[in-house]
Amino acid sequence: MLKEGELRIPSGCAISGIIDKEGKRFNGDEIIKSIALMHDRSNGLGGGFAAYGIYPQYKDFYALHIFYDNLSIKMQTENFISKYFDIESAGNIPTKSVLGVRNKPLIWRYFVHPRNYMVKDGFVDEAEFTSRYVIKINKEYKGAYVFSSGKNMGTFKGVGYPEDIGKFFMLDTYEGYMWMAHGRFPTNTPGWWGGAHPFTMLDWSVIHNGEISSYDANRRFVEMYGYKCTLQTDTEVITYLFDMLVRKHNIPMEKAIKVVAAPFWEDIERENKEVQNELKSIRSVYASALINGPFSIILGFEKGMIVLNDRIKLRSLVAAEKGSRTYVASEESAIRIICDNPHKIWSPQGGEPVIALLKGEQK
Amino acid sequence: MSLDFNSPAFEVIRDEKKCIQCQVCARQCSNKVHLYDEEDNVVRADDIKCVNCHRCVVLCPTKALVIKKYPLEFKENANWTDAALKEIYKQSQTGGVLLSSMGNPKSFPIYWDRMLLNASQVTNPSIDPLREPMETKVMIGRKPEKLEFDAKGKLVTNVPPQIELSIPIMFSAMSYGSISRNAHESLARAATELGICYNTGEGGLNRDFYKYGKNTIVQVASGRFGVHKEYLNAGAAIEIKIGQGAKPGIGGHLPGKKVGEDVSATRMIPVGSDAISPAPHHDIYSIEDLRQLIFSLKEVTAYKKPVFVKIAAVHNSAAIASGIVRAGADAIVIDGFRGGTGAAPTRVRDNVGIPIELALAAIDQRLREEEIRNEVSLIIAGSIRNSADVVKAVALGADAVYIGSAAVIALGCHLCRSCSTGKCNWGIATQEPELVKRLNPDIMYKRLVNLASAWNHEIQELLGGMGINAIDSLRGNRLMLRGIDLNEKELEILGIKYAGE
Repeated sequence: MLKEGELRIPSGCAISGIIDKEGKRFNGDEIIKSIALMHDRSNGLGGGFAAYGIYPQYKDFYALHIFYDNLSIKMQTENFISKYFDIESAGNIPTKSVLGVRNKPLIWRYFVHPRNYMVKDGFVDEAEFTSRYVIKINKEYKGAYVFSSGKNMGTFKGVGYPEDIGKFFMLDTYEGYMWMAHGRFPTNTPGWWGGAHPFTMLDWSVIHNGEISSYDANRRFVEMYGYKCTLQTDTEVITYLFDMLVRKHNIPMEKAIKVVAAPFWEDIERENKEVQNELKSIRSVYASALINGPFSIILGFEKGMIVLNDRIKLRSLVAAEKGSRTYVASEESAIRIICDNPHKIWSPQGGEPVIALLKGEQK
Repeated sequence: MSLDFNSPAFEVIRDEKKCIQCQVCARQCSNKVHLYDEEDNVVRADDIKCVNCHRCVVLCPTKALVIKKYPLEFKENANWTDAALKEIYKQSQTGGVLLSSMGNPKSFPIYWDRMLLNASQVTNPSIDPLREPMETKVMIGRKPEKLEFDAKGKLVTNVPPQIELSIPIMFSAMSYGSISRNAHESLARAATELGICYNTGEGGLNRDFYKYGKNTIVQVASGRFGVHKEYLNAGAAIEIKIGQGAKPGIGGHLPGKKVGEDVSATRMIPVGSDAISPAPHHDIYSIEDLRQLIFSLKEVTAYKKPVFVKIAAVHNSAAIASGIVRAGADAIVIDGFRGGTGAAPTRVRDNVGIPIELALAAIDQRLREEEIRNEVSLIIAGSIRNSADVVKAVALGADAVYIGSAAVIALGCHLCRSCSTGKCNWGIATQEPELVKRLNPDIMYKRLVNLASAWNHEIQELLGGMGINAIDSLRGNRLMLRGIDLNEKELEILGIKYAGE
């Protein structure tokens, strides 16, 4: 019989992320290799990737990636999109047949720009306009699901093991400066194409290992600010929380992190008056945005990647650096297989973020 | 007067083999139930005077006493119950309004008991509060819609004043007058030690208690007893009492016999005079009037004290609550129909208002739909009986709860529901010096501290079991609740799923 320390029960989701802070682009092979190593942390019911910098030729357009259940809903949704957006280009997302990836929906991609006069009439900016209509499609068009809506980035996800999903979407043909991957072990929700990670809103994308016990408190909070959680899953709400805090409320990212993984009260009491006041204000005003329960998340956005554990580190997470690259993964081996000699490797503490931004970007 | 048709409510049974004629019962009973008969060297009991407060039973050194419901039974009738008959006998004899103490005792559903909590298992492990930090602190007060930071990342928003509660529990408003000085002191000292707040009720604040100000909520009720600038600035927050769950739409009345010198000085009324709080505030006949009072109180306290508004849970509480938020209140207190009181008209107590669970769920939902829930704190009251009730209240949407009955029970109250007589044998709802002395604040405040600390441990266990380590993450987290034995409409109002879903 194996003794304590020799026994390992593989379970839980897998996450992996790579960013080149110099902005150098590279294809999806490495991220597939990294996530494939953690095969046992998935169960074949979901895998997905987010890639940033992949559409330089369309960098000023929102790239809408959409799953459709059938042609009829596709036509209805396209009518809707063309009413509010100028469509620069449209087509299905190239895929190839892979054993283990079945029952695929219609997978389409549109490069769009919000109609200028409508944006002006709505007294909102382009991002807010786009997010509102993305939410509207997800909420009102049954059988259509916008799973990616950012600029110069895209997500690729589905039901299957992540390495199979990566091959299915031919990620080796894309080049980006940042890649994130997720292998899913769903229990709360069925494995369906829309339910795979990442979840996105504009250029925010979140992959997540864990289960958020604060979900309904967070959900009911963000829904007061115009969001609608339609996907029965906690990862969606994390995406909206960051979108709300950073984009809508204009809160610096470092402070937003203190909202979702707030310092403990006993730690706040040890700070000087000014810091105390700030942290108390954050905990008072955004109490309902605190994320609770076990999680390790990678939050991707245009400027880089934020990686975060829950406050008491109930999920595994390792980070490493080499040259201009930062790596994170659920397991150290998933980093070492693509980066054999990192100059720094560490396990971030609970609530302590790893912030890896593109060169020149401010925290 | 005609013949009294009423029979005793209780029967005092004395085990003669155990009774040692020590007369403790005779000395302890303020209702004069027990009398020593010197001739026969025996203690006898006059059943009709017994209110079943248990004082004699608990203090009897040989446990010779038992009090039971009086065995006299009326002919069985599901409609004309014993209580219905007795009330008619009483009213036909006195011609008066029936008075009752404490909250609605009728068998309405207790929704707390029809909601069950979640627990974490494998995918989301539970958290052990013995090993991991578990936060139960809450901040009560008005919140801005969002925080703003300058270009250097420095906070520029001034958050309005907040009250920090170490646990989401406060002691309900009970005035000095309705309860004794020693009971009042016990509450004040316990609140201070616990890092929470107690509430002066509508009777002003005795100067001896100003030292507990940081843990005091001072109340402004319609009678404005003891309200002056110093009083308003003495506490941590101000509560405007509009209504009370035990008697919605009804004012208050402290009989003159309870107004001794100390109560007189605190309330700023003459000794021996009745203190009548009118049903409405003399200056509030609209929501706009309420706003003016809220801001008058903020002005007088230099905007340093949160202002609460307390209402009774009634049919349209949700709409009223919305108005109160917009009127500028920092916190809304909702008091359900199980809430206690010294005395209320029985018909009002038993027939007016709604259960706090439904009121809370409806208000929280309405405020969210109007996108103003985050601006205000929501505090509920009205028979929170244990820590599970607290946890369920928070999951439904409350920031904190007030406990009144539970607190006085910790002080010894046996819920005999006879507070209005002023003869509380436990020294709580009385001003009679000999009875007041029975409650020693040096000892009794610790019982309150113990109670709240015990509940806090239990709250932490329940939170940990749900995989939550901050009570903030439970607030409004209705997925943590499931209903049992509830119909679809009740589930809809409570905003929860049925067990098994």
